Amino acid sequence: MSATQAPVTDTKKEKGLKGSGGNVTSSGSTNVVRVIVLGIVLVWLVPAVGLLLTSLRERGQIEANGWWTVFANPIDFGWTLENYSQVLTSGGFDTAFVNTLVVSVPATVMPITIAAFAAYAFSWMEFKGRYTLFVLVVALLVVPLHVALIPILRLYAGGPTFGIPFTDLVINIPLQLNGTFLGIWLAHTGFGLPLAIYLLRNYIGSLPSELIESARIDGADHYSIFTRLIVPLSVPALASFAIFQFLWVFNDYLVAFVFLGNSVENRVLTIALAALNGSQGQAWHLLTAGAFVSMILPMVVFFSLQRYFVRGMTAGAVKG
Amino acid sequence: MSDMQVQDPDLDEVGEGSLQDKREGNAFLVGLLSIAAAIAVPLLLFLGLKFTLDVFSGLPDLVTAVIAILVGVVGIFFVYTAVDRGIDRLPPRFGERIRPYAWCGPAVVLLTLFLIYPAFNVIQLSFTDAFGESYVGWDNYVYVFTDEAMLRSLRNTLLWVIVVPVAAVAIGLGFAVLADKLKRLESFSKSLIFLPMAISFVGASIVWRFVYSFRIEGSGEQIGILNGIWTAFGNSPVAWLDQVPWNNFFLMVIMIWLQTGFAMVILSAAIKGVPEDILEAARIDGANEIQVFWRVVVPNIMSSIVVVLTTMIIGVLKIFDIVWVMTGGQRGTEVIAERMIRNMFTFRHFGRGAAIAVFMFVAVIPVMYINVRRFREEESMR
Repeated sequence: MSATQAPVTDTKKEKGLKGSGGNVTSSGSTNVVRVIVLGIVLVWLVPAVGLLLTSLRERGQIEANGWWTVFANPIDFGWTLENYSQVLTSGGFDTAFVNTLVVSVPATVMPITIAAFAAYAFSWMEFKGRYTLFVLVVALLVVPLHVALIPILRLYAGGPTFGIPFTDLVINIPLQLNGTFLGIWLAHTGFGLPLAIYLLRNYIGSLPSELIESARIDGADHYSIFTRLIVPLSVPALASFAIFQFLWVFNDYLVAFVFLGNSVENRVLTIALAALNGSQGQAWHLLTAGAFVSMILPMVVFFSLQRYFVRGMTAGAVKG
Repeated sequence: MSDMQVQDPDLDEVGEGSLQDKREGNAFLVGLLSIAAAIAVPLLLFLGLKFTLDVFSGLPDLVTAVIAILVGVVGIFFVYTAVDRGIDRLPPRFGERIRPYAWCGPAVVLLTLFLIYPAFNVIQLSFTDAFGESYVGWDNYVYVFTDEAMLRSLRNTLLWVIVVPVAAVAIGLGFAVLADKLKRLESFSKSLIFLPMAISFVGASIVWRFVYSFRIEGSGEQIGILNGIWTAFGNSPVAWLDQVPWNNFFLMVIMIWLQTGFAMVILSAAIKGVPEDILEAARIDGANEIQVFWRVVVPNIMSSIVVVLTTMIIGVLKIFDIVWVMTGGQRGTEVIAERMIRNMFTFRHFGRGAAIAVFMFVAVIPVMYINVRRFREEESMR
């Protein structure tokens, strides 16, 4: 009748320790772990910190000694913003930055829209071939986009050419999409669709069917269910893919290299940075500033929207 | 009372236009209209954008881009809506059969155009010459497997595929376990390990080129931190990226730095999903932390480990930017994607580039098969 001893497990659960919950960690060993973790984080960040500090340093000082001397001698470090102003103006990185946005935003919104409609159809519409088509999407998830580069390059260069069977006639639709923004938008849309459809279909398909069924009973057609119910509810999945795709396209080098090229008016940040690296490989004052210019936006987006990005990744990030 | 027999309508003999024929006719029409609906969106999108860009070509790029976004998104939505409304006007039995294809068709059309058609085309191209025209049989594949630089690239890619995923998983898992034991610092420290994932491969290459930076002894102080540390111990500075074959590993470090965050996030979530009672039971049985980790936690999260490893293997197979920017594939650092682009643009040999692309494609087929099979198993359980 007297109360038995309070279960030990409950107090441990109250401490909110997960995974390792239950083990007896003295604060001493937690401190050891804390030190190790901070140590690893510090070492991990050293390369990026070195880059940032160097980008704020004048050229002469960069070539005189290592950036780590800032800790011994912070005042004579040679602080300056000159590198940034130089790389942005005469270096052409301001145009490149705008170009990168011009490429990234449409290349994000276009696949999402198309994939959303498709994902809804795969989830909530009955039609022949639904299963087979989605299996196709799953299969395409791992196909490397390198496979498509040469064919699309040739397609963009001359336009599609068909021979009409039983005749000698050949139709050619002259297209010149190489080096154009339209070409790269379409390419990124095509390459991004498998993952988009996969993620969105998983999410939309897992929405409660009662919601959709009660809407159908109320007489709603697919279009209004989609626009008024599904899309608002799918915002987390849409955001996850959007961020993932935006970062991927923003940081992309290969697709831009093949389809957009090196021209100074059209090139994106990654191309500009690689070109600078190739032509002025020892100009660390420019390279570090240019690199940081290319990194700052993704890092901000990433930090502020981390949660969505992680969710997009955990849902099966196998990017072709 | 007459028997109300349910007759198979197909068996109705009603003269010439039997219901069976009518059904086939319907199906054909449905198919045709579906294809039309599916093509409508991409075609109108393309024409709309092309028109917009041509008309507004004089304006600054940013304005053009904004207009393109409007046309792209609003336009796409508009076309889908228009097609859907058009379907509403058809007799319902037709319309409802066409509608799903109108919704998923555009996606399928784009996938066909940008992934499926190219996959077939590239196989065809791999048997042609440098211009993708005359047939050369297996010559390009002979090149892939006998050329010296190609063989190096195959060896290097294999090394990358083994070292990078294993290292990233090991570090990611280790860090996840350690961070899991902290309370307040955990999410902060994990964010910082994860941070490099936001950086482009080119940007990371600049970062690490700087780290590996080398100056001949006597021509001034070292400015790369690795040589800074190395010389502080009294050694002569080393041109890290020139050390054959170790330079490959110095390049792999960059990828590990970039991708460990991914492994860490997935595995951290997996670790937290291990049921506490299993861990408790092991500890009560006298297992120490190391044994708990290896014998309880790891087997429990094995499926996550496999997913991370396969995802990374596929990613590493395609490694290009890092090698291209750091060394240009010189001094023995070639990898297959770099060789492919090298053949495409520097050597201008499309046939060989295509053969390398086919090789990459074939390399991922096992994973494709596993993914599809896993998907089918999951679907059958739905």
